[in-house]
Amino acid sequence: MNEVVRDAFEQALDTRRIKGRSLYVDAWHRLLKNRAAVAALIILGVMIMLVIVGPMLSQWDHEIPDWDNYSTPPSLETGHVFGTDALGRDLFARTMIGGRISLLVGLVATLVSLVIGISYGAVAGYFGGRVDNLMMRSVDAIYAMPFMFFVILLMVIFGRNIFLIFVAIGAINWLDMARIVRGQTLSLKNKDFVEAARACGATEFQIIRRHIVPNLLGVVVVYVTLTIPQVILVESFLSFLGLGVQEPLTSWGALVNEGAQELETAPWSLLFPAGFLAATLFAFNFLGDGLRDALDPKDRL
Amino acid sequence: MRSPVLEVRDLSVHFRVETGRLFRRDHYTIRAVDAVSFNVHSAETLGIVGESGCGKSTLARAILGLVRAQSGAVVWLGEDLVGLSEEQMRVKRREIQLIFQDPQGSLDPRMTVGDIVAEPLKTFYPSMSRMQVRERVQGIMKLVGLLPEQINRYPHEFSGGQCQRIGIARALVVNPRLVVCDEPVSALDVSIQAQIVNLLKDLQKKLQLSLIFIAHDLSVVRHVSDRVLVMYLGRIMEVADRDSIYLQPRHPYTRALIESVPIPDPVKERARARRSLEGDIPSPLNPPAGCVFHTRCPHATDACQREVPLLETLENGNQVACLHHRELAPVLEVSDELEEGQSAQVETDDTSPSGA
Repeated sequence: MNEVVRDAFEQALDTRRIKGRSLYVDAWHRLLKNRAAVAALIILGVMIMLVIVGPMLSQWDHEIPDWDNYSTPPSLETGHVFGTDALGRDLFARTMIGGRISLLVGLVATLVSLVIGISYGAVAGYFGGRVDNLMMRSVDAIYAMPFMFFVILLMVIFGRNIFLIFVAIGAINWLDMARIVRGQTLSLKNKDFVEAARACGATEFQIIRRHIVPNLLGVVVVYVTLTIPQVILVESFLSFLGLGVQEPLTSWGALVNEGAQELETAPWSLLFPAGFLAATLFAFNFLGDGLRDALDPKDRL
Repeated sequence: MRSPVLEVRDLSVHFRVETGRLFRRDHYTIRAVDAVSFNVHSAETLGIVGESGCGKSTLARAILGLVRAQSGAVVWLGEDLVGLSEEQMRVKRREIQLIFQDPQGSLDPRMTVGDIVAEPLKTFYPSMSRMQVRERVQGIMKLVGLLPEQINRYPHEFSGGQCQRIGIARALVVNPRLVVCDEPVSALDVSIQAQIVNLLKDLQKKLQLSLIFIAHDLSVVRHVSDRVLVMYLGRIMEVADRDSIYLQPRHPYTRALIESVPIPDPVKERARARRSLEGDIPSPLNPPAGCVFHTRCPHATDACQREVPLLETLENGNQVACLHHRELAPVLEVSDELEEGQSAQVETDDTSPSGA
């Protein structure tokens, strides 16, 4: 009997040679059990594929009007599967191109805010005291600046440019990120493993890079999935006001704006871009919720 | 007489606490460690005991330079560490390592065991190749009783005792000469405590380490220490070799501590006349004048309220800080039974099965 137990035990030991499961791998497995999050992941995957290859699938260009079809409803015969707008441009191609811009703005602006926010917040939180006070008070000061004023100012000075939208949105969004990261850093820096790293002779920046930032990622990932839709909405809002991307380029927000003006005569020109926009926002939000549950620090840490 | 590897002289650590009001800033000073002096010899274990909040952990961190000392000296192999810059101190930390109380909390949950143990190697020997690092890490894991196959696992996949072994491996991987153990077993089950304590003792013998072993559990300290230092409110009350402190405690506070250790025999335990200390430890913001212990001392006199007792060296080399230590009966009546009970307990701990 004992022999059997020992054999089983040794076998169990053998399987231990397999790599350990990190907290992220655990979280990933939990995420895959969440149906809404998996559906969101699939929708986002499809969406990204569509905006990349979509424009190539369409036989019509997003810029060149089809002179025979102005404001025609969706039809397979003409090849305008989503119909055309008032200028005769293919709405399917325009929706895909608009999706490219919207998702790109969402990702790039979030990335900008991520990089600035994490480094700024981690430094402020880790060093604390006077440094923290100074850094966070300047965040408060920038926060107090009206966003629209800031954007309009940028547009006036530098002219309308898609790059400016990234900068403007990123420059505002990193403030939230910095605050969240700072708060998390404050709680992390008093953990024993940070002191252990100091006792091991690590320098302050090594500690921030090796111990603080990796431990922030859980919170940050959740926040990112909630920031991307927010950024997409802000860009839509800017486009709606006419401050966003410039014709003939377009974004979902700009398309919704155009569609809204033709709602009575050509409802499809609102419905398609709005549907894509809404589906993407839903998917990001569900993914964010799923990630938050999966990475829930109450579970472990 | 061997010369000490570590000599702590009149070390004081004070913390300034600011009470933040907008226009009026008041501050208080907490004397966490106050004029503490002691030596640690090569391959010796010095136990440090005391109640929560008496400054044990702060003392440990001050030795490693993790908190700034207000005054005094920490002389490590003839060199004072207190005045060193952060950069110079970092180099010295290779020789003095720290083991933490919370086994899980002291390990970064995002790193594998291999990375955790290798971290000191990476900072102190950046030129080591990956193969060398891996070899060294696996060697040290074997030494502390971990399976080298577990190198790619994460801390949450280990039990508390195993996590503490990882912490020990991390401390030992750079071949330190002194390891400061800050309550290394107080977060563990009793059976695991014995394993870890015995592991530390074995390693000390093998590697000729000096240990500073901080604990609030007197029986554990008795098991590992050569000498014991008793702290109260940031000051040293008594320093004595292990046997005298348990059999002939001189300071009233030490006596109170030893009397408070339960005897694992219910009959004897019930028969024992227990005189527990009254009241709480006073606030270190506002320590009592004179002898800091006089507010709770059963033998306190008027003199104790005025005069600060100096740490007096006795004939046998032990030290005690009490004005009345000569008048107090030298032997504690319960000590025999205590000794019996304690050694019995330690023995049963030793033999307890590891898997339990």
